[in-house]
Amino acid sequence: MNDMQTMTAETRLSNDAAPKMTARDVSVYYGAKKAIDCVSIDVSQEHVTAFIGPSGCGKSTFLRTLNRMNDTIANARVDGAIELDGENIYAPSMDVVQLRARVGMVFQKPNPFPKSIYENVAYGPRIHGLAAGRSEMDAIVEQSLKRAGLWEEVKDRLQESGTALSGGQQQRLCIARAIAVEPEVILMDEPCSALDPIATAKIEELIHELRGRYAIVIVTHNMQQAARVSQRTAFFHLGNLVEYGETSEIFTNPRVERTKDYITGRYG
Amino acid sequence: MSETASPRAPTDWKGNAMQRRIRRRYAAERRFRWLGLGAILISAAFLAFLLVTMIGKGAGGFRQTEIRLDLDFPRTGLLASSTGGEIEGAVAAAADAQFGPDGARLLSDSAWTRVERAIERDPSLLQRKETLWLAAATNVDTAYKGNGDAGSEAIVSRLDQRDVLRTSFNTDFLVSADATDPASVGIWGAFKGSLLTMIVTLALAFPIGVLSAVYLEEYAKRNRWTDFVEVSINNLAAVPSIIFGLLGLAVFLNTLHLPRSAPIVGGLTLALMTMPVIVIAGRNAIKSVPPSIRDAALGIGASKVQVVFHHVLPLALPGILTGTIIGMARALGETAPLLMIGMRAFIATPPAGIAAPASVLPVQIFLWSDEVSRGFVEKTSAAIIVLLVFLLAMNGLAIYLRNKFERRW
Amino acid sequence: MSSLALFLIVLGLAALGWLMARARAMAFRRVAGGQRAHSLPNYHGWYVALWAALPALLFIAIWTPVSGNLVSEEVMSSPAASSLPPFEMQRMAILREAREIAEGDRPGGFNPQSSEIATVYKSALGRYRMIGAVVALLLAFAGGAFAFTRVSPHFRARTKVERLVMAALLGASTIAIVTTAGIIASLLFESVRFFSLVNPLEFLFGTHWSPQIAIRADQAGSSGGFGAIPLFWGTIFIGAIIAMIVAIPLGLMSAIYLTQYAKPAVRKWMKPLLEMLAGVPTVVYGYFAALTVAPLIRDFGKAIGIASATSESALAAGLVMGIMIIPFVSSMADDSITAVPQAMRDGSLAMGATTSETIRKVIVPAALPGIVGGVLLAVSRAIGETMIVVMAAGLAANLTANPFASVTTVTTQIVQLLTGDQEFDSAKTLAAFALGLVLFIVTLLLNIVALRVVKKYREAYE
Repeated sequence: MNDMQTMTAETRLSNDAAPKMTARDVSVYYGAKKAIDCVSIDVSQEHVTAFIGPSGCGKSTFLRTLNRMNDTIANARVDGAIELDGENIYAPSMDVVQLRARVGMVFQKPNPFPKSIYENVAYGPRIHGLAAGRSEMDAIVEQSLKRAGLWEEVKDRLQESGTALSGGQQQRLCIARAIAVEPEVILMDEPCSALDPIATAKIEELIHELRGRYAIVIVTHNMQQAARVSQRTAFFHLGNLVEYGETSEIFTNPRVERTKDYITGRYG
Repeated sequence: MSETASPRAPTDWKGNAMQRRIRRRYAAERRFRWLGLGAILISAAFLAFLLVTMIGKGAGGFRQTEIRLDLDFPRTGLLASSTGGEIEGAVAAAADAQFGPDGARLLSDSAWTRVERAIERDPSLLQRKETLWLAAATNVDTAYKGNGDAGSEAIVSRLDQRDVLRTSFNTDFLVSADATDPASVGIWGAFKGSLLTMIVTLALAFPIGVLSAVYLEEYAKRNRWTDFVEVSINNLAAVPSIIFGLLGLAVFLNTLHLPRSAPIVGGLTLALMTMPVIVIAGRNAIKSVPPSIRDAALGIGASKVQVVFHHVLPLALPGILTGTIIGMARALGETAPLLMIGMRAFIATPPAGIAAPASVLPVQIFLWSDEVSRGFVEKTSAAIIVLLVFLLAMNGLAIYLRNKFERRW
Repeated sequence: MSSLALFLIVLGLAALGWLMARARAMAFRRVAGGQRAHSLPNYHGWYVALWAALPALLFIAIWTPVSGNLVSEEVMSSPAASSLPPFEMQRMAILREAREIAEGDRPGGFNPQSSEIATVYKSALGRYRMIGAVVALLLAFAGGAFAFTRVSPHFRARTKVERLVMAALLGASTIAIVTTAGIIASLLFESVRFFSLVNPLEFLFGTHWSPQIAIRADQAGSSGGFGAIPLFWGTIFIGAIIAMIVAIPLGLMSAIYLTQYAKPAVRKWMKPLLEMLAGVPTVVYGYFAALTVAPLIRDFGKAIGIASATSESALAAGLVMGIMIIPFVSSMADDSITAVPQAMRDGSLAMGATTSETIRKVIVPAALPGIVGGVLLAVSRAIGETMIVVMAAGLAANLTANPFASVTTVTTQIVQLLTGDQEFDSAKTLAAFALGLVLFIVTLLLNIVALRVVKKYREAYE
């Protein structure tokens, strides 16, 4: 196990024209504890990228560094460089509020605000001043809900509370909420772990449709899900990025022993 | 499905309009943050203002102006058996002789008691000449402390030239009771009244409160009666204190004919008020004792009563005590219900027991605050300082207990 | 023998009974050998001690006030008392002195009469105390002896003691209900008597309040001086409007700062500091309002050209009351804000909202039910508050919305009506109970609604 600490990730990818986000030697500390150790990874615009790995492996922590949500944790510290379109997101000139508008996030548990469905979706455009008037806002809300595949289900009750929806609908509402500010990247932190299989299927379908329009990064502990929705997969273990490649390759022909062990179910 | 909606132009995050907007949002963020800090600072500043005002006005109450009086005892004809009235007369005569026709009025009304005490301490005094420092009258006192009227200022400067004035620590204030003359008032009477009242309150509210809490947490079945008890306790905790005063007046005084103005009635009334506080604190403390401890005790054959009294109560005790101290502190500062049961009478002697007429500290403060005489301002503030010191000590003790015994299971 | 000494002696007897019974139980446990007694020796001890102490203490508790009245009656009917001055205060002073002399608290009297009465006092006191002591000790002996005869290996002392403990627990828990019932009964009873003198509609909806007129005996209740609307308005104006205008923004913003912005170390110091505001007795606030704040506000009012500004302004009382209420609002808001799930906050921040946007648009709306509940509790607290308004607000029953003018409140009037020496049955004193009833009902409703709102809200996030 000793070589693991020093090992760099096994990466085999055909070169992208320009990756949407790049991370170089990123380490994350909680106080004195190192949660992420020297991770380097590229996220492409065209593909859905899945982070897999056993729980506690740091995949969610790493995801949160991509839109600086770790800033809200008092003693968290991030080393290394993360760039969005070639711009360091931890640079002092980078504005975290704008960054988060460009890199949206969907959480593990659906967390709609205790407001109407309409207001949930309109929240982002409103705080960022993206709509010039009422009709424009209506259009944004409608478009976002349509893209999130929720419009048909809620168009007659937009003024009802977002918390009154079912779990799966709530999660799609959260996706609509994230879409409404036209982000460039959407981070999804185990978005289906609190949902039933039917709702999960709908979310997966949705991810499929959103692909290409947004760069999507999804963290999941469900390998079948990663295989279904993603084109690229990164395997994390104990704070390290172990292997990163085309999803089909990772699942059929992993190069690193640990990846194989995990995929074949030896541990997890 | 997304194809149905018109595509939106990508947001220009770097554009001027957006940058201005961001700056505005950050300015709003800073304003909001300052608003929050400001709210806290205003509250703290008010507290500081209150404390500083009270200390500033009240510090003088602990100091007393004294006048030097030479007493030639053999010439006064006083005997060891002389009554208070005779001593008073002799002192007045001596003062007149020494300071002119109005000399007696320079001394406080109770100045003679100091002579009486001196004689008691040392009867041989009566055989010789003696110089005593006696409390000055209110107008002299306030003028000497620098805020009297013009007439008194003149008297003071005249006396000061003769070097017969000094200020000293006002022990009278700490050992005597209420009086009509602000120069001779003291808080001991009210303090003793408060003490007796608190003893009655504690003796009633603590056992009843703890037993109620034990019953509700450990034994009560979920039924309508229990709900009723619970609702009653929660509401009693929020009923205005003056309503308890009305209850005390109607029940304890007018129905049971207990003595008016007595600590026993005050204590009873405050006990009813304090009890819900103790019950609520007690229940929370008992609730936080983990069930595993009960199970362990029951498992080795302890009876339900033994479990509670040997295991649960000792573990819950710090929490109960904290709640009790907070409840007692509130009772100690309470005024309104005591006014209702007649504790606003003028009581010039410290109460002899729980059935004797008494005043309490907060009511004494209220009564003095109503006085017109300027000398009462500093006495009122001084009494407030004493009350606040006690309340702070009690609350500090509660916080200390809470921190020391706070246990996470 | 004083009550205290008697009390201690009875306790001593009980302790003796405890020791004896325990010793006896120990003895038969040793003798019985293999077979175990039902109860531990301690329980036998407690059984005897309780039998010795409880009946005697109960008797002392009843006898002490009863004998006090008997002594006073005997003294007042004695020939020595007939020469007492008719003036109430003087007579009370002499009687008190006499009593103190009789009890040995004071060597000699200031008044010559007091020593004479003191001898009467002394004999009466001595006699009734002796009777009390003898009966109490007899009761203690009899109870203890009865219980002691029952101590045996098969006696179920623990069951008996535990049954008594259970009875005590049940009894203690009923005190709350008895108190509530007592409040309702006494308020209702006196209010009904008041409403037999004054029309309830007139009381609730009349706008003219001047209870002084009713003192004239032939006019009691017929003067039309009991319209309480100005009082209700004054109470709402000071407690629910001015005080809340001060307390809600300050309390809410303090809570927001402490929960969302302050570092843990700052929070640890600031919170108790705020709580100190709640620990200051209301009489101190009242004094502060009357002495310092009221003149400032009067001068300020005069300076901005309001001629009617008085030193008993509604603003002074309301302002200080608002400060007093800040910690209530802030601690309730603190609780509700911390109850909002972190996910809600994260959701908003991840959208690119700033902290203040998150607070204003997500956290506060989500916490609103809890905050509203807290505000209702604070209002109930403010309208029931007495000392600040008694000391800083006026007595004039004005219907005005001018904060520099003087208004009066329900609690002020209750204190005003019940202090001083009136006969107890006049409409004036009974009016205080009617006001008390209104106050009780309103605060009760506010509390019930507030607690329900808060409870519902807590359940929503659990």
